[in-house]
Amino acid sequence: MTVLKDSLIEFIRRTSVEIPDDVQRVLLRSLESEKKGTIASSALHIIQKNIEMAKSKSQPICQDTGSVLFFVEVPKDYDQILFEETAREAVTEATKLGYLRQNSVNSITGKNDGTNVGPGSPTFHFHQHRSPDVQARLVLKGGGCENVGAQYSLPIEKLKANRDLDGSRKAILDAVLQAQGKGCGPGVLGVCIGGDRATGYAFSKEQLLRKLDDRNSDPDLDKLEQDILKTSNELGIGPMGFGGGTTLLGVKICARNRVPASYFVSISYMCWAFRRQGITLSSKGQIENWLY
Amino acid sequence: MIHLTAPFTEDKIRALKVGDEVLISGVIFTGRDAAHKYLHDGGKLPAGVSFKDAIIYHCGPVVLGGNGKWKVVAAGPTTSAREEPYQGRIIKDFGLRGIIGKGGMGERTLAACKQNGCVYLHAIGGAAQVLAECIKEVRNVYFEKEFGSPEAIWEFAVEDFPVVVTMDSHGNSLHKDILEKSTAALAQRI
Repeated sequence: MTVLKDSLIEFIRRTSVEIPDDVQRVLLRSLESEKKGTIASSALHIIQKNIEMAKSKSQPICQDTGSVLFFVEVPKDYDQILFEETAREAVTEATKLGYLRQNSVNSITGKNDGTNVGPGSPTFHFHQHRSPDVQARLVLKGGGCENVGAQYSLPIEKLKANRDLDGSRKAILDAVLQAQGKGCGPGVLGVCIGGDRATGYAFSKEQLLRKLDDRNSDPDLDKLEQDILKTSNELGIGPMGFGGGTTLLGVKICARNRVPASYFVSISYMCWAFRRQGITLSSKGQIENWLY
Repeated sequence: MIHLTAPFTEDKIRALKVGDEVLISGVIFTGRDAAHKYLHDGGKLPAGVSFKDAIIYHCGPVVLGGNGKWKVVAAGPTTSAREEPYQGRIIKDFGLRGIIGKGGMGERTLAACKQNGCVYLHAIGGAAQVLAECIKEVRNVYFEKEFGSPEAIWEFAVEDFPVVVTMDSHGNSLHKDILEKSTAALAQRI
């Protein structure tokens, strides 16, 4: 399946070297709003220059090309195994071409065989749908921002966070405070309220697939998203934690049912180098459309 | 904008203050998790390599090529906080003058900077292309086989490499200030 493989290599390349338009627009707005002459403004200028250079040189925006996360929606008779095998080959090839860093390390031996393929890497989230389309989305999530993700089990007395939306708000804002600039802010939060420890994080990552300018269809969550964004940007953490008015670029929150005994708030932090793309594939494996 | 050019003497380092924007020119070495643990635990540098008056860069670059011919494809900073258990001692034992990284470091590193005349220089996280462009030559690589390419110690000649001083050699830390201020700001909004 060289057609599919070639498509997936191009998919990985573009994800690694280009920022999606919706993210770029918000970054530019924040650059205009930071006070001139501050180190926050300098940081955003370097970020803008970096985005332009990565695209024109076709080289990774950030050297940490991160965890390679595929989210794939397929019709019911689609061969997922073949997609996965081909994607693993494409990842190895993209690594040889320098679009991905040699980023997959054996957790026990510490060895890195340079292929970026191994148990659990890359990861695949397949979903069947009734449409005939194959839609693949890819997020490259760097380790720095992944490390500042957090999961809160409410109630938390220290934060005065109860098992409700206000408690969730306190947990999310605490995560922003703890992250400071360490996750390469200004960042984007994907949040899941509810679920279990594993699905909470998985759903929080899926929130990162939403466009930054979309609005939550649930009015309570929409309000919470806007509130977290505004409040975070009033904390003065700023780009890279240098101070300033742009701590976050966006907040995306979902709610999932939970068991009565658990109330998790799971937060995934995405750095400004928000590498996320999507494609639809033809039946022959060609790229038909770009989704972002 | 301040130009910091090799040799990185104690006087030049002591003159730097939190908030200064600096362009570095000279030789710098990368080193991250594996290298820090190794050096902290008594590991030796290869013959002919010295970290005296040197700058270490928390970075795992994307480098193509080999056998003395390399191309740096991307080279931004990695999160420095992970090196906090090791950094202070390495500054003292090896005579480092500068740490380049991102996200800042803690009290022990700040104390070691003050005591030994060292400074923490914050590069822009994620700006792998802008920073790779400042690397004019890959002079060598050490421990590539042992630690893997991202974790190896790479020796780079850099020109006008942009950083911000966020921890100086006088006990000041921008990270500490911002954490205090943002904690207070959040308390008012809860």
